[in-house]
Amino acid sequence: MAQIMIKNVRKDFGSFNAVKSSTFTIEDGEFFMLLGPSGCGKTTTLRMMAGLELPTSGEIYIEGEEVGMKPASQRDIAFVFQMFALYPHMNVGKNISYPLRSQGMPKAQIKKKVGEVAEILGITDILNRPVGGLSGGDRQRVALGRAIVRDPKAFFMDEPLGALDAEFREHMSAELRALHDRMGATTVYVTHDQLEAMQMGDKIVVMNHGVVEQFGRPQEIYDWPSTMFVASFLGSPSMNFLTFEGMIGNNRRTVEMNGVDFAIPESLEGARGKLAFGVRPEHVQFSDSSPYKGEVLATEYLGTTQIVTLATANGEIKSRVNAVQSIQVGDHVGLQFDPRTITIFNVDTGKALLSLANQEVLKHG
Amino acid sequence: MSFSVTEPSVRQKWIAGSLVIFYALITMLPLLWIVATGFKSSTDSIAYPPKILFQPTVEGYVNVFTTQTRLSAELAEQPHDDLPWYEQLARNKGNTIVGASRYSERFLNSVIIGFGSTFFAIVLGTAAAYAFSRFKVPLKDDLLFFILSTRMMPPIAVAIPIFLMFRNLGLNDTHAGMILLYTAINLSLAVWLINGFIDEIPIEYEEAALIDGYTRFQAFYKVVLPQAATGIASTAIFCLIFAWNEYALAVLLTSGTAQTAPPFIPTIIGVGGQDWPAVAAGATIFLVPVMVFTILLRKHLLRGITFGAVRK
Repeated sequence: MAQIMIKNVRKDFGSFNAVKSSTFTIEDGEFFMLLGPSGCGKTTTLRMMAGLELPTSGEIYIEGEEVGMKPASQRDIAFVFQMFALYPHMNVGKNISYPLRSQGMPKAQIKKKVGEVAEILGITDILNRPVGGLSGGDRQRVALGRAIVRDPKAFFMDEPLGALDAEFREHMSAELRALHDRMGATTVYVTHDQLEAMQMGDKIVVMNHGVVEQFGRPQEIYDWPSTMFVASFLGSPSMNFLTFEGMIGNNRRTVEMNGVDFAIPESLEGARGKLAFGVRPEHVQFSDSSPYKGEVLATEYLGTTQIVTLATANGEIKSRVNAVQSIQVGDHVGLQFDPRTITIFNVDTGKALLSLANQEVLKHG
Repeated sequence: MSFSVTEPSVRQKWIAGSLVIFYALITMLPLLWIVATGFKSSTDSIAYPPKILFQPTVEGYVNVFTTQTRLSAELAEQPHDDLPWYEQLARNKGNTIVGASRYSERFLNSVIIGFGSTFFAIVLGTAAAYAFSRFKVPLKDDLLFFILSTRMMPPIAVAIPIFLMFRNLGLNDTHAGMILLYTAINLSLAVWLINGFIDEIPIEYEEAALIDGYTRFQAFYKVVLPQAATGIASTAIFCLIFAWNEYALAVLLTSGTAQTAPPFIPTIIGVGGQDWPAVAAGATIFLVPVMVFTILLRKHLLRGITFGAVRK
């Protein structure tokens, strides 16, 4: 198992710049998520780590060894493809044993290993079946089997659950995570699904337009996003931005918006101009005493909670509140925001302003 | 009453079945006529009205493989009961066999040139198609169009230049020359067809093989080739049928050593009246290799033709 380091990696396809100078480190044994919208460069980054693409510049280290220009076959890593890419002309057992046969492992040993892997994945009874007729879940298991059978240094997975239906995906993601915990192998996992990333990952890298926006533990990223993009990409509904013209000084504990003072974590960075007051829906509370008002535009009932859409003087926002609370469309309600969870963004740069609360998270990302 | 999209009724099956049989008969009829003529006697073969029922004889087959001359009067008088059966057949018509004809030679030329050119067209075509499909080839679309454009005129249109070139290169009437020529003509078809088939194979299979520790070439022949087999087989059949049946260029460019069967068969007609049974026998034998080849690969052929239409 291995630590993986990406240093200033860049990839151009002709004149198109897919990945711009990415740098991050994946610790040994981590379940690491590469998260971002489609076309953000996450898959390209993964493919460069695997050796399926060569970086235009930069270095990639696996276990301290620079492998940037090495072919995939010499990197000793396993890759699980989105469409599984099981060899259609071989049966399940042959598919799983294929990487071992390339190493010239003796037949008896191959048989033993395949048996062990099939046992782990619960596919012993389908080893002799052709892969054509398998269900999505079994294909997934076979693809995993082919990956784990040779104890590689790391697992790379490119949206491995993308081809499964929603119901089964949940089950499979738990299975994947359990498998990872059991084997303790470094795993890099590409997804565009923020929920999947937060559920499964030890750490997340959020990418956008070929740039690493932030990396850290899921909770850090969720609570203290470094950019407006990260804030809006994670969480459903995403973070609210109340935009306003104004200023914020150093070491301030309040910010003024529409004549109302709101408490915020102590600021460590000043800014002036177009700002956004970022607050998660679950931190928007109703309070009759608040002078800051919003008009209810819509409510969505979700069982235990409901999402309330409100119009405020600084734009539309969403609030997640308890479902028992009775709220009617057209109501005017007072709003207050949990002061410990606020992030102020500079709209022009899209970046979060440093505060006492987020400085620790933002400084390492 | 209920209708089903997937399950036709008995009546529909009957209608469909009869249509297929009717069509098959129409296309098969000339072929059956040739095969039948091969087993007729010379008289039966030109009888009018045509004979459908007749006394079968292998005279035509003997004639096509042998050279015969008229017997002298006194030799014809001698008893010939102890002679081999083929000589007896010749004697009955007042002929004697003086040696083998050149048919088997021409037939062998057809086999060498037909299968040889198919082999090279497939090997080169697969390599080129793989490169076009998988690598960033500069001017790829233009190159592919150029390759296709070589097929846009009838090959016979360039027969004279080819004839002159071949003469200067010493390729006239050689096996190598004909293999080269048919390979060149078939290559565009092979590149285009196989390119389409390889495009349909997801690149992930090869990438999976690369990850699994195989080299690019191993990935190609262990993963891509088995999956392109269907397409390659059907392409091979098309190439072979073209090279096998090609007549015009063969007439022009071959005569003695490398002549193929198509230009030779019409020359059988020659000696002592029109020997249609011999011509038909030669044509029937000529059909066999292509039929065998097609039957061997027919499973692939059917899948190859519908490839892309029925995708998972």
